[in-house]
Amino acid sequence: MSVLEVNDVSIRYLTGDFKDIGLKEYVMRKLTRNYRVTEFWADRHISFKLEKGEMLGIIGSNGAGKSTLLKVVSGIMEPTEGWVKRKGNIAALLELASGFDGELNVKENAYLRGAMLGYTRKFMDETYGRIIEFAELQDFQDRPFKQLSSGMKSRLAFSIASLVQPDILILDEVLSVGDGAFRKKSEEKMREIIAGGATTILVSHALSQVQELCTKVLWLEKGNQIAFGDTDIICGFYQQYLDRKIALDQAKTELERGTE
Amino acid sequence: MFQKLKKYQFLFEELVKRDFKKKYKRTILGMGWSVLSPLLQLLVMTVVFTKFFGRNTPHYMIYIFCGTLNFNYFSEATKGGMRTIMGNAGIFTKVTVPKYLFLLSKNVQSLINYGLVLVVFFVFVAFDGLAFTWKFFFLLYPICCLILFNIGVGMILSALFVFFRDIQYLYDVFTMLLMYLSAIFYTIDRYSYKGQCAFLLNPIYLFIRYFRKIVIEATIPTIWFHLLMAADVAIVLGLGCFMYKKYNTRFLYYV
Repeated sequence: MSVLEVNDVSIRYLTGDFKDIGLKEYVMRKLTRNYRVTEFWADRHISFKLEKGEMLGIIGSNGAGKSTLLKVVSGIMEPTEGWVKRKGNIAALLELASGFDGELNVKENAYLRGAMLGYTRKFMDETYGRIIEFAELQDFQDRPFKQLSSGMKSRLAFSIASLVQPDILILDEVLSVGDGAFRKKSEEKMREIIAGGATTILVSHALSQVQELCTKVLWLEKGNQIAFGDTDIICGFYQQYLDRKIALDQAKTELERGTE
Repeated sequence: MFQKLKKYQFLFEELVKRDFKKKYKRTILGMGWSVLSPLLQLLVMTVVFTKFFGRNTPHYMIYIFCGTLNFNYFSEATKGGMRTIMGNAGIFTKVTVPKYLFLLSKNVQSLINYGLVLVVFFVFVAFDGLAFTWKFFFLLYPICCLILFNIGVGMILSALFVFFRDIQYLYDVFTMLLMYLSAIFYTIDRYSYKGQCAFLLNPIYLFIRYFRKIVIEATIPTIWFHLLMAADVAIVLGLGCFMYKKYNTRFLYYV
Protein backbone atom coordinates (compact mmCIF):
# COMPACT_ATOMS: atom_id res chain seq x y z
CA MET A 1 0.00 0.00 0.00
CA SER A 2 1.52 3.29 -1.05
CA VAL A 3 1.72 6.21 1.34
CA LEU A 4 1.12 8.77 -1.35
CA GLU A 5 -0.62 8.32 -4.65
CA VAL A 6 -1.06 11.07 -7.20
CA ASN A 7 -3.34 10.07 -10.05
CA ASP A 8 -3.59 12.01 -13.30
CA VAL A 9 -3.56 15.36 -11.52
CA SER A 10 -4.05 18.54 -13.52
CA ILE A 11 -4.22 22.06 -12.15
CA ARG A 12 -5.62 24.96 -14.08
CA TYR A 13 -5.30 28.64 -13.41
CA LEU A 14 -7.62 31.05 -15.16
CA THR A 15 -6.39 34.52 -15.98
CA GLY A 16 -8.46 37.41 -17.20
CA ASP A 17 -11.80 35.92 -16.24
CA PHE A 18 -14.47 37.90 -14.45
CA LYS A 19 -13.27 36.99 -11.00
CA ASP A 20 -9.70 37.88 -11.78
CA ILE A 21 -10.14 41.36 -13.19
CA GLY A 22 -13.03 42.75 -11.18
CA LEU A 23 -16.32 44.34 -12.09
CA LYS A 24 -15.12 47.54 -13.74
CA GLU A 25 -12.51 45.91 -15.92
CA TYR A 26 -15.00 43.21 -16.87
CA VAL A 27 -17.54 45.74 -18.08
CA MET A 28 -14.86 47.73 -19.89
CA ARG A 29 -13.52 44.72 -21.71
CA LYS A 30 -16.99 43.48 -22.57
CA LEU A 31 -17.79 46.87 -24.10
CA THR A 32 -14.59 47.03 -26.09
CA ARG A 33 -14.97 43.36 -27.03
CA ASN A 34 -11.64 42.62 -25.46
CA TYR A 35 -12.89 40.10 -22.94
CA ARG A 36 -10.91 36.89 -23.12
CA VAL A 37 -10.25 34.15 -20.63
CA THR A 38 -6.93 32.40 -20.84
CA GLU A 39 -6.43 29.01 -19.35
CA PHE A 40 -3.12 28.15 -17.90
CA TRP A 41 -2.38 24.59 -16.92
CA ALA A 42 0.27 24.66 -14.22
CA ASP A 43 0.32 20.87 -14.15
CA ARG A 44 -1.02 18.40 -16.67
CA HIS A 45 -1.66 14.69 -16.12
CA ILE A 46 0.83 14.09 -13.34
CA SER A 47 0.84 10.59 -11.85
CA PHE A 48 3.16 8.92 -9.39
CA LYS A 49 3.18 6.66 -6.37
CA LEU A 50 5.45 6.63 -3.35
CA GLU A 51 5.99 3.86 -0.82
CA LYS A 52 6.92 4.33 2.83
CA GLY A 53 10.41 5.69 3.33
CA GLU A 54 10.96 6.64 -0.29
CA MET A 55 12.37 10.00 -1.19
CA LEU A 56 11.22 11.77 -4.32
CA GLY A 57 13.10 14.59 -5.96
CA ILE A 58 11.17 16.91 -8.25
CA ILE A 59 13.29 18.61 -10.88
CA GLY A 60 12.59 20.97 -13.74
CA SER A 61 13.22 24.55 -14.74
CA ASN A 62 11.47 27.56 -13.25
CA GLY A 63 7.74 27.58 -13.89
CA ALA A 64 7.60 23.84 -14.48
CA GLY A 65 4.77 23.50 -11.98
CA LYS A 66 6.77 22.06 -9.10
CA SER A 67 5.52 24.32 -6.32
CA THR A 68 1.92 24.07 -7.49
CA LEU A 69 2.20 20.30 -7.46
CA LEU A 70 3.50 20.43 -3.89
CA LYS A 71 0.53 22.55 -2.87
CA VAL A 72 -1.82 19.93 -4.23
CA VAL A 73 0.07 17.09 -2.58
CA SER A 74 0.01 18.87 0.78
CA GLY A 75 -3.73 19.52 0.48
CA ILE A 76 -3.57 23.30 0.31
CA MET A 77 -5.03 23.25 -3.19
CA GLU A 78 -7.57 20.95 -4.79
CA PRO A 79 -6.62 19.60 -8.21
CA THR A 80 -8.81 20.67 -11.12
CA GLU A 81 -8.74 17.08 -12.39
CA GLY A 82 -7.50 13.83 -10.92
CA TRP A 83 -7.04 12.94 -7.28
CA VAL A 84 -4.43 12.59 -4.54
CA LYS A 85 -4.49 9.92 -1.86
CA ARG A 86 -2.43 10.37 1.29
CA LYS A 87 -1.88 8.25 4.36
CA GLY A 88 -0.80 9.77 7.66
CA ASN A 89 0.06 13.34 8.56
CA ILE A 90 1.89 15.73 6.30
CA ALA A 91 4.40 18.39 7.17
CA ALA A 92 4.96 20.85 4.34
CA LEU A 93 7.83 23.28 4.45
CA LEU A 94 6.91 25.66 1.68
CA GLU A 95 8.41 29.13 1.32
CA LEU A 96 9.06 29.22 5.00
CA ALA A 97 9.40 32.84 5.95
CA SER A 98 6.02 33.97 4.65
CA GLY A 99 2.77 33.80 6.53
CA PHE A 100 4.07 35.27 9.75
CA ASP A 101 2.65 38.42 11.26
CA GLY A 102 5.06 41.33 11.35
CA GLU A 103 3.32 43.08 14.22
CA LEU A 104 3.50 40.20 16.67
CA ASN A 105 6.65 39.18 18.51
CA VAL A 106 8.62 36.00 18.07
CA LYS A 107 6.88 34.05 20.79
CA GLU A 108 3.39 34.98 19.63
CA ASN A 109 4.26 34.09 16.07
CA ALA A 110 5.71 30.77 17.14
CA TYR A 111 2.52 29.87 18.97
CA LEU A 112 0.36 30.99 16.08
CA ARG A 113 2.33 28.96 13.58
CA GLY A 114 2.32 25.96 15.88
CA ALA A 115 -1.45 26.23 16.17
CA MET A 116 -1.77 26.33 12.40
CA LEU A 117 0.28 23.19 12.03
CA GLY A 118 -2.14 21.47 14.37
CA TYR A 119 -0.03 21.29 17.53
CA THR A 120 -1.71 21.62 20.91
CA ARG A 121 -1.05 24.38 23.41
CA LYS A 122 0.43 21.89 25.82
CA PHE A 123 2.82 20.65 23.18
CA MET A 124 3.88 24.21 22.36
CA ASP A 125 4.41 25.06 26.03
CA GLU A 126 6.66 22.06 26.35
CA THR A 127 8.64 22.55 23.20
CA TYR A 128 8.83 26.32 22.89
CA GLY A 129 12.19 26.42 24.63
CA ARG A 130 13.59 23.84 22.23
CA ILE A 131 12.26 25.71 19.22
CA ILE A 132 13.89 28.97 20.21
CA GLU A 133 17.10 27.24 21.06
CA PHE A 134 17.20 25.41 17.74
CA ALA A 135 16.44 28.61 15.85
CA GLU A 136 19.06 30.44 17.94
CA LEU A 137 16.67 33.28 18.66
CA GLN A 138 16.93 33.42 22.47
CA ASP A 139 17.87 37.11 22.45
CA PHE A 140 15.09 38.13 20.08
CA GLN A 141 12.03 36.65 21.73
CA ASP A 142 10.29 39.94 22.48
CA ARG A 143 11.13 41.67 19.24
CA PRO A 144 8.38 42.42 16.75
CA PHE A 145 8.70 40.02 13.90
CA LYS A 146 9.20 42.67 11.24
CA GLN A 147 12.51 43.62 12.83
CA LEU A 148 13.97 40.18 12.25
CA SER A 149 16.15 39.35 9.28
CA SER A 150 14.74 37.00 6.68
CA GLY A 151 17.26 34.35 7.68
CA MET A 152 16.00 34.47 11.26
CA LYS A 153 12.41 34.15 10.09
CA SER A 154 13.17 31.06 8.05
CA ARG A 155 15.11 29.60 10.95
CA LEU A 156 12.14 29.96 13.25
CA ALA A 157 9.76 28.55 10.65
CA PHE A 158 12.01 25.59 10.07
CA SER A 159 12.40 24.90 13.79
CA ILE A 160 8.65 24.86 14.36
CA ALA A 161 7.79 22.79 11.33
CA SER A 162 10.48 20.18 11.85
CA LEU A 163 9.43 19.40 15.41
CA VAL A 164 7.17 16.49 14.70
CA GLN A 165 7.82 13.21 13.01
CA PRO A 166 5.55 13.36 9.95
CA ASP A 167 4.60 10.46 7.68
CA ILE A 168 5.01 12.62 4.62
CA LEU A 169 7.50 15.48 4.53
CA ILE A 170 7.43 18.08 1.79
CA LEU A 171 10.43 20.31 1.23
CA ASP A 172 10.48 23.19 -1.21
CA GLU A 173 14.11 24.23 -1.49
CA VAL A 174 14.37 24.62 2.23
CA LEU A 175 17.59 22.78 2.71
CA SER A 176 19.22 26.10 1.99
CA VAL A 177 17.83 27.92 5.02
CA GLY A 178 19.90 30.41 6.96
CA ASP A 179 23.66 30.79 7.13
CA GLY A 180 26.27 28.04 6.80
CA ALA A 181 26.13 26.82 10.38
CA PHE A 182 22.38 26.68 10.48
CA ARG A 183 22.19 25.02 7.10
CA LYS A 184 24.28 22.18 8.40
CA LYS A 185 22.09 21.85 11.46
CA SER A 186 18.90 21.88 9.42
CA GLU A 187 20.27 19.28 7.03
CA GLU A 188 21.05 17.03 9.94
CA LYS A 189 17.55 17.47 11.31
CA MET A 190 16.15 16.72 7.88
CA ARG A 191 18.12 13.50 7.63
CA GLU A 192 16.91 12.53 11.08
CA ILE A 193 13.30 12.89 9.98
CA ILE A 194 13.94 11.00 6.77
CA ALA A 195 15.75 8.27 8.67
CA GLY A 196 12.69 8.06 10.92
CA GLY A 197 10.83 6.56 7.97
CA ALA A 198 9.10 9.60 6.52
CA THR A 199 8.22 9.60 2.86
CA THR A 200 9.81 12.75 1.55
CA ILE A 201 9.31 14.99 -1.44
CA LEU A 202 12.07 17.42 -2.23
CA VAL A 203 12.10 20.21 -4.78
CA SER A 204 15.57 21.34 -5.57
CA HIS A 205 17.57 22.99 -8.28
CA ALA A 206 20.74 21.39 -6.98
CA LEU A 207 20.98 18.26 -9.09
CA SER A 208 23.80 16.84 -6.99
CA GLN A 209 21.65 17.08 -3.89
CA VAL A 210 18.81 15.24 -5.61
CA GLN A 211 21.14 12.53 -6.88
CA GLU A 212 22.64 12.08 -3.47
CA LEU A 213 19.41 11.93 -1.45
CA CYS A 214 16.55 10.76 -3.62
CA THR A 215 15.43 7.26 -4.50
CA LYS A 216 12.97 8.42 -7.18
CA VAL A 217 12.83 11.45 -9.43
CA LEU A 218 9.97 13.27 -11.11
CA TRP A 219 10.92 15.52 -14.00
CA LEU A 220 8.47 18.29 -14.87
CA GLU A 221 8.73 20.72 -17.75
CA LYS A 222 6.07 23.41 -18.44
CA GLY A 223 3.54 21.47 -16.41
CA ASN A 224 4.08 18.22 -18.26
CA GLN A 225 5.45 15.08 -16.73
CA ILE A 226 8.58 14.16 -18.67
CA ALA A 227 9.55 11.19 -16.58
CA PHE A 228 9.13 9.48 -13.23
CA GLY A 229 11.36 6.76 -11.96
CA ASP A 230 14.97 5.88 -11.38
CA THR A 231 17.14 8.73 -10.09
CA ASP A 232 20.37 8.16 -11.98
CA ILE A 233 18.84 7.61 -15.41
CA ILE A 234 16.53 10.64 -15.25
CA CYS A 235 19.13 12.91 -13.70
CA GLY A 236 21.51 11.87 -16.46
CA PHE A 237 19.10 12.92 -19.17
CA TYR A 238 18.19 16.08 -17.26
CA GLN A 239 21.83 17.10 -17.09
CA GLN A 240 22.17 16.51 -20.84
CA TYR A 241 19.04 18.58 -21.40
CA LEU A 242 20.44 21.40 -19.27
CA ASP A 243 23.67 21.30 -21.24
CA ARG A 244 21.57 21.54 -24.41
CA LYS A 245 22.99 18.30 -25.70
CA ILE A 246 19.58 16.75 -26.09
CA ALA A 247 16.13 18.07 -26.97
CA LEU A 248 13.22 17.65 -24.58
CA ASP A 249 11.20 15.43 -26.91
CA GLN A 250 14.17 13.22 -27.55
CA ALA A 251 14.87 12.85 -23.84
CA LYS A 252 11.26 12.02 -23.23
CA THR A 253 11.03 9.30 -25.89
CA GLU A 254 14.30 7.76 -24.80
CA LEU A 255 13.24 7.75 -21.17
CA GLU A 256 9.92 6.17 -22.08
CA ARG A 257 11.73 3.51 -24.08
CA GLY A 258 14.09 2.95 -21.18
CA THR A 259 11.38 2.33 -18.63
CA GLU A 260 9.42 -0.08 -20.80
CA MET B 1 -17.55 18.02 14.42
CA PHE B 2 -16.63 18.38 18.09
CA GLN B 3 -13.34 16.68 17.53
CA LYS B 4 -12.62 19.15 14.75
CA LEU B 5 -13.54 22.04 17.02
CA LYS B 6 -11.24 20.72 19.68
CA LYS B 7 -8.45 20.32 17.19
CA TYR B 8 -8.70 23.93 16.08
CA GLN B 9 -9.48 25.42 19.46
CA PHE B 10 -5.86 26.37 20.07
CA LEU B 11 -5.56 27.99 16.66
CA PHE B 12 -8.81 29.85 17.20
CA GLU B 13 -7.65 31.22 20.53
CA GLU B 14 -4.37 32.33 19.04
CA LEU B 15 -6.12 34.05 16.15
CA VAL B 16 -8.46 35.94 18.46
CA LYS B 17 -5.49 37.00 20.55
CA ARG B 18 -3.63 38.14 17.46
CA ASP B 19 -6.51 40.21 16.11
CA PHE B 20 -7.00 41.77 19.50
CA LYS B 21 -3.38 42.71 19.99
CA LYS B 22 -3.10 44.14 16.52
CA LYS B 23 -6.17 46.26 16.90
CA TYR B 24 -5.07 48.15 19.98
CA LYS B 25 -1.39 48.28 19.26
CA ARG B 26 0.14 51.69 19.75
CA THR B 27 -2.99 53.37 21.04
CA ILE B 28 -2.71 54.98 24.44
CA LEU B 29 -6.27 54.21 25.47
CA GLY B 30 -6.23 50.71 24.01
CA MET B 31 -9.54 49.06 24.62
CA GLY B 32 -10.90 52.34 25.93
CA TRP B 33 -11.51 53.33 22.34
CA SER B 34 -14.03 50.55 21.92
CA VAL B 35 -16.25 52.39 24.34
CA LEU B 36 -15.17 55.94 23.75
CA SER B 37 -15.63 56.14 20.02
CA PRO B 38 -19.29 55.04 19.98
CA LEU B 39 -19.97 57.40 22.88
CA LEU B 40 -18.48 60.34 21.04
CA GLN B 41 -20.48 59.40 17.98
CA LEU B 42 -23.61 59.27 20.11
CA LEU B 43 -22.84 62.65 21.60
CA VAL B 44 -22.39 64.24 18.20
CA MET B 45 -25.58 62.76 16.84
CA THR B 46 -27.65 63.72 19.87
CA VAL B 47 -26.38 67.29 19.88
CA VAL B 48 -26.85 67.72 16.14
CA PHE B 49 -30.34 66.34 16.02
CA THR B 50 -31.72 67.90 19.18
CA LYS B 51 -30.11 71.33 18.91
CA PHE B 52 -30.05 71.86 15.14
CA PHE B 53 -33.00 69.83 13.97
CA GLY B 54 -35.07 70.24 17.11
CA ARG B 55 -36.13 66.65 17.58
CA ASN B 56 -38.05 65.89 20.71
CA THR B 57 -38.65 62.16 20.58
CA PRO B 58 -38.90 60.84 24.17
CA HIS B 59 -35.66 59.24 25.41
CA TYR B 60 -34.05 60.42 22.25
CA MET B 61 -30.52 59.59 23.33
CA ILE B 62 -31.43 55.98 24.08
CA TYR B 63 -33.40 55.91 20.86
CA ILE B 64 -30.25 56.78 18.89
CA PHE B 65 -28.08 54.55 21.05
CA CYS B 66 -30.24 51.52 20.19
CA GLY B 67 -29.56 52.32 16.57
CA THR B 68 -25.85 53.07 16.64
CA LEU B 69 -25.07 50.19 19.01
CA ASN B 70 -26.46 47.57 16.66
CA PHE B 71 -25.58 49.26 13.43
CA ASN B 72 -21.96 49.79 14.41
CA TYR B 73 -21.58 46.18 15.41
CA PHE B 74 -23.03 45.07 12.11
CA SER B 75 -20.87 47.44 10.12
CA GLU B 76 -17.64 46.66 11.96
CA ALA B 77 -18.08 42.89 11.96
CA THR B 78 -18.97 42.67 8.30
CA LYS B 79 -16.37 45.14 7.05
CA GLY B 80 -13.68 43.35 9.05
CA GLY B 81 -15.02 39.99 7.94
CA MET B 82 -14.85 40.98 4.30
CA ARG B 83 -11.09 41.25 4.41
CA THR B 84 -10.32 38.15 6.44
CA ILE B 85 -9.76 35.78 3.55
CA MET B 86 -7.71 38.18 1.46
CA GLY B 87 -5.86 39.54 4.46
CA ASN B 88 -4.68 36.13 5.58
CA ALA B 89 -3.97 34.81 2.10
CA GLY B 90 -0.27 34.54 2.95
CA ILE B 91 -1.13 31.99 5.59
CA PHE B 92 -3.44 29.57 3.92
CA THR B 93 -1.53 29.44 0.68
CA LYS B 94 1.19 27.81 2.80
CA VAL B 95 -0.63 25.89 5.49
CA THR B 96 -3.82 23.86 5.36
CA VAL B 97 -6.17 25.53 7.83
CA PRO B 98 -9.92 26.07 7.70
CA LYS B 99 -10.42 29.59 6.41
CA TYR B 100 -13.64 30.23 8.29
CA LEU B 101 -11.65 30.37 11.53
CA PHE B 102 -10.16 33.68 10.45
CA LEU B 103 -13.61 35.09 9.86
CA LEU B 104 -14.93 33.79 13.17
CA SER B 105 -12.01 35.23 15.09
CA LYS B 106 -12.68 38.65 13.57
CA ASN B 107 -16.30 38.26 14.58
CA VAL B 108 -15.36 37.39 18.13
CA GLN B 109 -13.34 40.56 18.30
CA SER B 110 -16.26 42.70 17.13
CA LEU B 111 -18.49 40.83 19.52
CA ILE B 112 -16.28 41.71 22.49
CA ASN B 113 -16.50 45.33 21.41
CA TYR B 114 -20.24 45.06 21.15
CA GLY B 115 -20.38 43.58 24.63
CA LEU B 116 -18.45 46.49 26.08
CA VAL B 117 -20.66 49.05 24.41
CA LEU B 118 -23.71 47.10 25.52
CA VAL B 119 -22.65 47.50 29.15
CA VAL B 120 -22.34 51.24 28.66
CA PHE B 121 -25.72 51.21 26.95
CA PHE B 122 -27.35 49.71 30.04
CA VAL B 123 -25.68 52.31 32.23
CA PHE B 124 -27.20 55.00 30.01
CA VAL B 125 -30.58 53.31 30.19
CA ALA B 126 -30.41 53.42 33.99
CA PHE B 127 -29.43 57.10 33.98
CA ASP B 128 -32.26 57.95 31.65
CA GLY B 129 -34.73 56.69 34.20
CA LEU B 130 -35.99 53.76 32.12
CA ALA B 131 -37.05 50.79 34.21
CA PHE B 132 -35.24 47.48 33.90
CA THR B 133 -37.84 44.76 33.56
CA TRP B 134 -37.65 40.99 33.15
CA LYS B 135 -38.42 41.66 29.50
CA PHE B 136 -34.81 42.73 29.07
CA PHE B 137 -33.89 39.05 28.92
CA PHE B 138 -35.61 38.95 25.56
CA LEU B 139 -32.76 41.09 24.21
CA LEU B 140 -30.72 37.90 24.04
CA TYR B 141 -32.80 36.90 21.04
CA PRO B 142 -31.88 39.80 18.74
CA ILE B 143 -28.29 39.68 20.00
CA CYS B 144 -27.89 36.01 19.05
CA CYS B 145 -29.62 36.64 15.75
CA LEU B 146 -27.34 39.59 15.02
CA ILE B 147 -24.23 37.52 15.75
CA LEU B 148 -25.31 34.83 13.29
CA PHE B 149 -26.43 37.43 10.79
CA ASN B 150 -23.02 39.11 10.87
CA ILE B 151 -21.22 35.80 10.38
CA GLY B 152 -23.42 35.06 7.38
CA VAL B 153 -22.88 38.46 5.79
CA GLY B 154 -19.14 38.19 6.53
CA MET B 155 -18.98 34.84 4.73
CA ILE B 156 -20.73 36.24 1.68
CA LEU B 157 -18.59 39.36 1.57
CA SER B 158 -15.26 37.63 2.14
CA ALA B 159 -16.01 35.22 -0.71
CA LEU B 160 -17.06 38.06 -3.00
CA PHE B 161 -14.05 40.11 -2.02
CA VAL B 162 -11.65 37.45 -3.28
CA PHE B 163 -13.26 37.46 -6.68
CA PHE B 164 -13.91 41.13 -7.12
CA ARG B 165 -12.17 43.74 -5.07
CA ASP B 166 -14.60 46.41 -6.21
CA ILE B 167 -16.95 45.13 -3.59
CA GLN B 168 -15.17 47.03 -0.81
CA TYR B 169 -16.11 50.40 -2.31
CA LEU B 170 -19.58 49.30 -3.20
CA TYR B 171 -20.10 47.97 0.29
CA ASP B 172 -18.99 51.27 1.86
CA VAL B 173 -21.66 53.08 -0.09
CA PHE B 174 -24.14 50.34 0.67
CA THR B 175 -23.60 50.54 4.44
CA MET B 176 -24.03 54.29 4.31
CA LEU B 177 -27.31 53.87 2.48
CA LEU B 178 -28.32 51.19 4.93
CA MET B 179 -27.57 53.49 7.84
CA TYR B 180 -29.95 56.13 6.51
CA LEU B 181 -32.58 53.49 5.83
CA SER B 182 -32.36 52.01 9.33
CA ALA B 183 -34.14 54.86 11.12
CA ILE B 184 -31.27 55.37 13.49
CA PHE B 185 -31.95 59.02 14.26
CA TYR B 186 -35.48 59.53 12.94
CA THR B 187 -38.84 57.97 13.67
CA ILE B 188 -40.94 56.35 11.01
CA ASP B 189 -44.47 57.27 12.19
CA ARG B 190 -44.83 60.03 9.65
CA TYR B 191 -44.70 57.52 6.79
CA SER B 192 -47.76 55.76 5.43
CA TYR B 193 -48.59 52.24 6.63
CA LYS B 194 -47.02 50.78 3.49
CA GLY B 195 -43.89 52.85 4.01
CA GLN B 196 -43.58 51.60 7.56
CA CYS B 197 -43.94 48.01 6.42
CA ALA B 198 -41.16 48.56 3.91
CA PHE B 199 -38.81 49.26 6.81
CA LEU B 200 -39.41 45.73 8.05
CA LEU B 201 -37.69 44.42 4.96
CA ASN B 202 -34.44 45.82 6.32
CA PRO B 203 -32.99 43.24 8.75
CA ILE B 204 -30.89 45.85 10.54
CA TYR B 205 -33.99 47.85 11.24
CA LEU B 206 -35.54 44.75 12.82
CA PHE B 207 -32.69 44.42 15.29
CA ILE B 208 -32.84 48.09 16.20
CA ARG B 209 -36.61 48.08 16.49
CA TYR B 210 -36.50 45.06 18.78
CA PHE B 211 -34.15 46.86 21.14
CA ARG B 212 -36.33 49.96 21.19
CA LYS B 213 -39.48 48.00 21.84
CA ILE B 214 -37.98 46.25 24.84
CA VAL B 215 -35.97 49.10 26.31
CA ILE B 216 -38.06 52.18 25.61
CA GLU B 217 -41.58 50.82 25.19
CA ALA B 218 -41.20 47.80 27.50
CA THR B 219 -43.20 45.56 25.17
CA ILE B 220 -42.27 42.24 23.65
CA PRO B 221 -42.54 42.18 19.84
CA THR B 222 -45.03 39.82 18.24
CA ILE B 223 -44.23 36.26 17.34
CA TRP B 224 -44.26 37.30 13.66
CA PHE B 225 -41.56 39.81 14.35
CA HIS B 226 -39.44 37.04 15.85
CA LEU B 227 -40.06 34.76 12.92
CA LEU B 228 -39.24 37.44 10.39
CA MET B 229 -35.91 38.04 12.10
CA ALA B 230 -35.15 34.32 12.25
CA ALA B 231 -35.97 33.98 8.55
CA ASP B 232 -33.59 36.82 7.64
CA VAL B 233 -30.82 35.21 9.64
CA ALA B 234 -31.47 31.77 8.15
CA ILE B 235 -31.36 33.11 4.59
CA VAL B 236 -28.16 35.07 5.06
CA LEU B 237 -26.35 32.39 7.03
CA GLY B 238 -27.47 29.70 4.61
CA LEU B 239 -26.27 31.68 1.63
CA GLY B 240 -22.99 32.42 3.39
CA CYS B 241 -22.30 28.75 4.17
CA PHE B 242 -23.25 27.77 0.63
CA MET B 243 -20.87 30.29 -0.91
CA TYR B 244 -18.09 29.40 1.47
CA LYS B 245 -18.47 25.72 0.73
CA LYS B 246 -18.63 26.27 -3.00
CA TYR B 247 -15.69 28.65 -3.31
CA ASN B 248 -13.59 27.49 -0.38
CA THR B 249 -11.10 25.61 -2.54
CA ARG B 250 -11.25 28.03 -5.43
CA PHE B 251 -10.18 31.05 -3.39
CA LEU B 252 -6.58 30.01 -3.73
CA TYR B 253 -6.50 30.53 -7.45
CA TYR B 254 -7.38 34.17 -7.06
CA VAL B 255 -5.71 35.40 -3.88
